[in-house]
Amino acid sequence: MGNVIEVQHLKKSFGSNEILKDIDFSVKKGEVVCIIGPSGSGKSTLLRCINLLEKPSGGSIIYNGQNILDHKHNIYDYRTKLGMVFQQFNLFNNHDVLSNCVVGQTKVLKRSVKEAEEVAMKYLNVVGMSQYIKAKPRQLSGGMKQRVAIARALSMEPDVMLFDEPTSALDPEMVGEVLSVMKKLAKSGLTMLVVTHEMQFAKEVSDRVVFMDQGVIVEEGTPEQIFDNPKQERTKEFLSRVAR
Amino acid sequence: MTWGLILDIFKTYWPMFLRGAGMTLFISVIGTVVGTIIGLLIGTIRTIPTPDRGPNKILLKLVNYILTAYVEFFRGTPMIVQASVIYYGAPLFLGIDMDRIFAALFIVSINTGAYIAEIVRGGIISVDKGQFEAAHAIGMNHVKTMLHVVLPQVIRNILPAVGNEFVVNIKDTSVLNVISVTELFFQSKSIAGNNFRYFETYFITSIIYLIMTITVTRILRILERKLDGPDNFTVIPGNQMQVQKPEDAVKRRDALKQ
Repeated sequence: MGNVIEVQHLKKSFGSNEILKDIDFSVKKGEVVCIIGPSGSGKSTLLRCINLLEKPSGGSIIYNGQNILDHKHNIYDYRTKLGMVFQQFNLFNNHDVLSNCVVGQTKVLKRSVKEAEEVAMKYLNVVGMSQYIKAKPRQLSGGMKQRVAIARALSMEPDVMLFDEPTSALDPEMVGEVLSVMKKLAKSGLTMLVVTHEMQFAKEVSDRVVFMDQGVIVEEGTPEQIFDNPKQERTKEFLSRVAR
Repeated sequence: MTWGLILDIFKTYWPMFLRGAGMTLFISVIGTVVGTIIGLLIGTIRTIPTPDRGPNKILLKLVNYILTAYVEFFRGTPMIVQASVIYYGAPLFLGIDMDRIFAALFIVSINTGAYIAEIVRGGIISVDKGQFEAAHAIGMNHVKTMLHVVLPQVIRNILPAVGNEFVVNIKDTSVLNVISVTELFFQSKSIAGNNFRYFETYFITSIIYLIMTITVTRILRILERKLDGPDNFTVIPGNQMQVQKPEDAVKRRDALKQ
């Protein structure tokens, strides 16, 4: 199957600080890819570069055969094809749960309110939050907020879902409810790119694991290759430290 | 006897007081509303991310300079001077003979706009960066982000400051008597000039100003509470395939551990 997103020679620096050094990487349709690695290795920056929340300093990002870093390319259309889930949830504070999932559909995709609400309810059901459509974000727990954030991204019916450490800001108790939703999505055949510190999740769910350190991809392969039989010294070292 | 006199003056001149108060309220309501709209517009323009290159970058810079000049000028000079300069300057330089009321509305609006532009800027800065990112991530451009996500939050947050501005406007419209707008202070001056009872007349005036400002403050407080919405929400039962109970969460967590 074809690549949905292909990243070629991607570079990103903040001032003289080089965060990403020549990243080559791709995601195939229907694939679940987990990116693991120590803090500051550039995992989140890579994800944020892919949907252009950070502007890459060099390289190209190919989506559907087109380089979206070309200036002619409409980045707003492109972003609707990528669903983003943030560490800090970032639900729209001025909208209730349903409206959070509807506003993007009606204002960006120009769907009718009725259609948008149906789509939103479908995905709120998937994440188990359809009971709470009238609640405001401030009235929800962290796990609930994150599940709504997932439903909001799904409601745009994107080609790829990007998860930026979706459980890192959650209480241990709430991590489970978010991960189980993500597992469900992974089984449904959704294309997912997940930056995570949840090694167990990466092991179970992903088709491919990418290990990053200091701005480069050190090693990538199937979960078995990476977790049970890592080839690089750096990977072994990292895994031995996180495995408890 | 002063109290009796005050009552007499009010009984005699109440239509004038009332008309003056009406005019004051009219100018300050319109001025505050238009000023808030100006402020929100400027806030939106000033937060447009600068493009890397091209004519748009130069244009944006130019617009920002003009906006800064506008804010500095109207914050840095007294409204009484602005009123005189604009009202008497317009026929000289632009050949426009302004209607007094229109001039009053114009001056109060752009003056308030300059103040509220700064309040809005603070309001936008105080909105969490994540809100912008989430809006961008679902494909909203700057205007949509502002319109549907950021400005509604900004408006709620700046409402107390705008209320403050409203109260200031009610009082400061009194300086418009220099261009003979028949607002409350101008009317009071006329009344006092008629009956030579300065203290008694202005005492009534002060009470009327106080009633107006207190009423406005109360109304804004109610509006704030309305914008916050109810503190609780209704859970819609039977709307869901899997009901999240604490037991379920524990079960799932255990399942995940294995």
